[in-house]
Amino acid sequence: MSKQFPADPAPIPTAPVPPAHWAASYEEEPTQASAPPQANGMTALKPFGWAKDNLFNTPLNTALTLACLFLLWLVVPPMANWLLLNASWSGSSEACREAAGACWSVIVVKHRLIFFGTYPYDEQWRPFLACALFVAMLGASGVRAFWRPWLAVAWALTLVGMGVLMWGGIAGLTYVPNDRWGGLPITLMLSVFSIALAFPLSILLALGRQSSLPAIRTFCIGFIETMRGVPLVSVLFMASVMFPLFLPEGVTVDKLLRALAGMTLFTAAYLAEAVRGGLQAIPKGQYEAADALGLSYWQKTMLIVLPQALRIVIPPIVNQFISAFKDTSLVTIVGLYDLLTAATVATTDPEWRPYFAEVYVFAGLMFWIFCFSMSRYSQWLERLANRYTRR
Amino acid sequence: MTANAIIELRKVGKWYNSYHALRDVSITIGKGEKVVVCGPSGSGKSTMIRCINRLEAHQTGHIIVDGIELTDDVKAVEKIRRKVGMVFQNFNLFPHLTVLQNLTLAPIWVRGMAKSEIEEIAMMYLKRVRIPDQAHKFPGQLSGGQQQRVAIARALCMRPEIMLFDEPTSALDPEMVKEVLDVMTELAGEGMTMVCVTHEMGFARQVADSIVFMAEGSIIESGSPAEFFENPKSERTRQFLGQILEH
Repeated sequence: MSKQFPADPAPIPTAPVPPAHWAASYEEEPTQASAPPQANGMTALKPFGWAKDNLFNTPLNTALTLACLFLLWLVVPPMANWLLLNASWSGSSEACREAAGACWSVIVVKHRLIFFGTYPYDEQWRPFLACALFVAMLGASGVRAFWRPWLAVAWALTLVGMGVLMWGGIAGLTYVPNDRWGGLPITLMLSVFSIALAFPLSILLALGRQSSLPAIRTFCIGFIETMRGVPLVSVLFMASVMFPLFLPEGVTVDKLLRALAGMTLFTAAYLAEAVRGGLQAIPKGQYEAADALGLSYWQKTMLIVLPQALRIVIPPIVNQFISAFKDTSLVTIVGLYDLLTAATVATTDPEWRPYFAEVYVFAGLMFWIFCFSMSRYSQWLERLANRYTRR
Repeated sequence: MTANAIIELRKVGKWYNSYHALRDVSITIGKGEKVVVCGPSGSGKSTMIRCINRLEAHQTGHIIVDGIELTDDVKAVEKIRRKVGMVFQNFNLFPHLTVLQNLTLAPIWVRGMAKSEIEEIAMMYLKRVRIPDQAHKFPGQLSGGQQQRVAIARALCMRPEIMLFDEPTSALDPEMVKEVLDVMTELAGEGMTMVCVTHEMGFARQVADSIVFMAEGSIIESGSPAEFFENPKSERTRQFLGQILEH
C-alpha cells in the first residue's frame, strides 16, 4: 500500500452533502417505517431519492456513508487490480514476476495437482469423471421431481461406477490404491459420505437420547457428550493412530475408512443435538394423537414426528453440513490429501512458491462454491417445507 | 348393565408424583352408552378418559376395555387403541399432512387397508362431518370448528367401537361449538359408545345416558341427566351446577 491516495474523499460523485433541513425527516421515520414499502414507490424508483432518504438523512448517517465509501475506495480498487486487472493469466513464472497483480498461471499449471493430488497423472480423467458423476448426482438428488425410488438405484450404480473409476483394476483400468487418491475426490467423498452416514445416525442418537429405556438413553448421552467434548483433530488421531492398536494383529482398516468413521461419528454427535431441538419442538399432542390412533413407536416417529421435526431444523442441520464439509480439510493431519492439502503441496514447487496466496484463494473459492450451494439449496428446501405447513 | 359392559374401571388410582389424580375411580359403561363426564378443572376427568386408551397409565386398580385388561403389555394397549377413537381439545391434527392424509394415515399403516379403499371411506366421513370440499387442504388452512370435525372423522376412519372426547369444544370460538356438537349428536344417534368430557350441559342433557360428576379425583355422583340436573344428591354437585348453569 505504498500508493498515495488523496486524503479528501470529495470527488466521489454520488455523495452530495444533504441540506440541513433533511435532518428533520428523522422524526418522521417511524411513520414511514410502518407504511408499506409501496407507499415509498416514488423514491424507491429513483436511486438518488433512495440514497437521500436512507444514506444521507442525518448528519451521522452522512458521515457513516462517506466513511464507508472511503473505505471501499481504499480496498476495492487495489483488490480489483490485484485479482483481475494486473493479474497474469497464463505463461511462465517469469511472466508472473513481472506482473504487478495475481499470478493465476500457477492455477493453470498446478490445477491438476490441486484437484487430484498424487493420483497418477495420465489417469486423472478417472477421478475427474468420478467427481463429475458425483456432483451431477448430488445436484439431481436435490431436484424434487427426481425423488423417486429409481434415484436410490441410480445412486447405487453411481457409487459402483465411482469405485470402478477410482480404484480401477478391472475393465482394463490400472489399479490405483486409495493412498494415492487426493484433492477434490477426497474432499467430496469424505464430506458427502460422512454427512450421509452421520445424518441417519444422528436421528437415532437424538431419538435414543429421548428414549424411556435408561440403557439406550445413557449410551446416547454419553456418546454425544464425549464426541462434542473432544476436538475433531483428536477424534481423527484416535481413529487413525490409536484405533489400529486395539485391533488384533494382521487386521487393518483402511486409513481413508478410519478417517471417514471418525468424521461420521463426530458429525453425528453435533447433528444429533440439532435434531433433538426439532424433536422437542413437536407438541405433546402430536405424539398423543398418533398413540391414540394406534400407531407403533416407529410409525409415529417416521410418519408424524420426524417429518415435522426435521423441517424445523433445516437451518441448523445445513449449518452442520457446511461445517462438516470444511472440516474435511483437517484430515491432512492423518496423512490424507484433501483439496486444501493438495493445494499446499502445489505451493512447494520452488518455481511457483511465491504464488501460494493465489493457490489458497483458489482453494478457498472451491470450498465456497460448494458451501454456498448448500446454503442456497437449504433456503429453497425451507420454502418447500413451509409451503406444506402454511398457516 | 354389566352384562354388555364395554368399559370397566375398578378402583383405579393414579398419582403424578405425590399428587393424587384419581382416587378409586370405578365406573362401568355399557355398549352404546353415552356418558358425559363433568366437574371442575383438576378434578381428574381428563386423566380418567386418557387412562381408557392408556395415554396415561393407571397405577392401581383395573381397566378392562372390551374384555381386554390394560396393562404394560404393549400388545394389549395396541389392541385397545384400535377399538378406541379419541378427539382432543386442541384437535392435534397432523399439520404436515392434508386433511385426507390425516384421515387415511392410520387405517393404511395400522389396519393395512388399501389406499384407494380407505380414501373412499374417508371421503364418506368427510361428507358426514360436512367438509368434503376441504379434503386436500392442510389443517392450518381450516377454522377451529372444521379442524375438530376433521379430527372426529379421523378417529371414525379407524372404525372404533368407542369414542372418547376430551373437552372437544373448549378450544373453539363460540360460533363454532354448535357445528361440532351437531356432528357428535349425530354420531350418538348411530349407537356409538361415547365418553365425553365436556362443559356443554345442553349437549349433556340432550345426548347423555348418564352423567358422571367428578371432583378431586373421585366420582362424586353419577346418574341420568334428569336426576343429575333436577335432583343432584351431593352439595358439591349442586355448587358446581350452580356455577356452570348461572350464565
